[in-house]
Amino acid sequence: MARMTMIEAIRDAHMIAMEEDDTVVVMGEDVGYFGGVFRCTAGLQKKFGVERCFDTPISELGIVGTAVGMAAYGLKPVVEIQFADYMYPGYDQIVSEAARLRYRSAGEFTCPLVIRMPTGGGIFGAQTHSQSPEALFTHVAGLKTVVPSNPADAKGLLLAAIADPDPVIFLEPKRLYNGPYDGYHDRPSVPWSKHPDGEVEAGRYETPLGKARVVREGADATLITYGTMVHVALAAVEDSGVDVEVIDLRTLLPLDMDTIAASVNRTGRCIVLHEATLTSGYGAEIAALVQQDCFYSLEAPVLRVAGWDTPYPHAQEWDYFPGPARVRRAIDTVMKE
Amino acid sequence: MTTRKNTKKPEVSGDELKEFYREMLLIRRFEEKAGQLYGMGLIGGFCHLYIGQEAVVVGLEAAMEDGDRRITSYRDHGHMIACGMDPKGVMAELTGREGGYSKGKGGSMHMFSKEKEFYGGHGIVGAQVPLGAGLAFAQKYTGGDRVTMTYFGEGAANQGQVYETFNMAALWKLPVIFVIENNRYAMGTSQARATSSKDIHTRGEAFGIPGEMVDGMDVLAVKEAGLRAVAHCRSGEGPYILEVMTYRYRGHSMSDPAKYRTRDEVQKMREEHDAIDHVRKLLIDGGFASEDDLKSVDKDVKDIINEAADFAKESPEPALEELWTDIYA
Repeated sequence: MARMTMIEAIRDAHMIAMEEDDTVVVMGEDVGYFGGVFRCTAGLQKKFGVERCFDTPISELGIVGTAVGMAAYGLKPVVEIQFADYMYPGYDQIVSEAARLRYRSAGEFTCPLVIRMPTGGGIFGAQTHSQSPEALFTHVAGLKTVVPSNPADAKGLLLAAIADPDPVIFLEPKRLYNGPYDGYHDRPSVPWSKHPDGEVEAGRYETPLGKARVVREGADATLITYGTMVHVALAAVEDSGVDVEVIDLRTLLPLDMDTIAASVNRTGRCIVLHEATLTSGYGAEIAALVQQDCFYSLEAPVLRVAGWDTPYPHAQEWDYFPGPARVRRAIDTVMKE
Repeated sequence: MTTRKNTKKPEVSGDELKEFYREMLLIRRFEEKAGQLYGMGLIGGFCHLYIGQEAVVVGLEAAMEDGDRRITSYRDHGHMIACGMDPKGVMAELTGREGGYSKGKGGSMHMFSKEKEFYGGHGIVGAQVPLGAGLAFAQKYTGGDRVTMTYFGEGAANQGQVYETFNMAALWKLPVIFVIENNRYAMGTSQARATSSKDIHTRGEAFGIPGEMVDGMDVLAVKEAGLRAVAHCRSGEGPYILEVMTYRYRGHSMSDPAKYRTRDEVQKMREEHDAIDHVRKLLIDGGFASEDDLKSVDKDVKDIINEAADFAKESPEPALEELWTDIYA
């Protein structure tokens, strides 16, 4: 075991995958010589050479498209899009090519491609460096979507994603790179070295895609979330004094509906929490599935807590961000019914 | 296809030189102050300083006239100041206050001024380039001979949408000047590591767009090139490309330690090619200004910047309702 930040854990996963399999190549803007804008790929080019970890131009469409071709030929590209907000030019290739290759070739070709992107806000990045676009991927048939919430999971999930034969969108909450973040922006930040999930096993291990984790057991309500919001949820639950079960989805697709249904059927109350905007967000999908699978156990309507339906503002970041106060209000509301 | 090098120095008046000096200094002091406020925690998030590149916007603005438009990327403070926007409103946007051009909602990378024909401030690399062609389309459509300066970096020059735009701009003979501010580094990646050819200004050839390379540390050369480009566009000949060779002294953003280049490289540019020093020398050597004259300019500039900083600190935070204004869906 070693203490790692999420950045170091992601770097470690790259190292292991590249050591084991020389078809794994890492590409993206600034990932090679510079080591990545968040340093997730630092040292890879030095260790594995410029052929296996290389810089690309600022050409997201070209980057993703080229990677799809590489993947179809049998390589395993791990692509970094510098910010999830920069993904949109590449979205056509993600949706029309990467997601569809296996289906339209009747299984003759697969696309073992991982596209990593820092996601979410909390760093005053304003509207073009703060977005959480996960629902744009989960809406597309043919993509797996992963959002880790801590270093240990980030490493295990990334290794599982690289081993996966199909395209995986790997969204890294940038606010969590150096430490967990509970949404109390005026309190001192905690580094991963002081958090149990900063303990990362050495060597290869995989955290399976499609397996949620109950991070806090509880009897009175179920709070379903992922990424940065896992830590916000835990803080809010602590403050609320209500015995809420907190589930970290870890992967949005495939979705671990068994864990969700088992919990909600037991607690009878459910809140879904995400940082992305509310309308047509992934929370809507969870809410729909919960009412379908747990309808007769529900004691209260399923609530969603999410970012407001506005662009991500610069100055009013903490008014936008669904912090612990908003989560606590939802807990109070769901318990009143 | 024309790829011209500048050979002769243009004639320039003392007044114009002084104006160049003042404008470039205003931008530099503004950026230095922004860097300080950032260090004090008054500015958060992303902040891309323009220090070193001042001659580009100042030279090109000198080639423009009323009704001409400009649009740029996220390294936008210099463009706003050069086109006459109030440093107070720009600085207050950086600090996220009500008095900012976007009432604090846009931040460093996202602000606008209809009055000054400044169309942003865009945070996504290259995304402003098609918009610039659209602005020029509207200018042509509504008649007259106004033009749009569309600024982007050499890194953005590798975005696919740039070439879609080149094609349309040439096809429709749009009065747009594509200004490639080549500061050599796309974040931490040097041009050589990410760009197949050294000469980006020749990339318009396939579309029939003339281009030239300009010394962006020489404000006079920039202005001259700007005048050629503007004349070309005004005459209805369609787009023009200027690749302006420049250099940013600071990191890509405030969080960039700039380890991808040597200190010596930066030092050499500062010492031997600084655009402000260049004009200062022309002023003194040409007898256009005394040291005292320049000191008084320095003081005026300093006062304007201090005022801007005070305003940016004192302007209130935006009201909570602001989060929900300008929302329609």
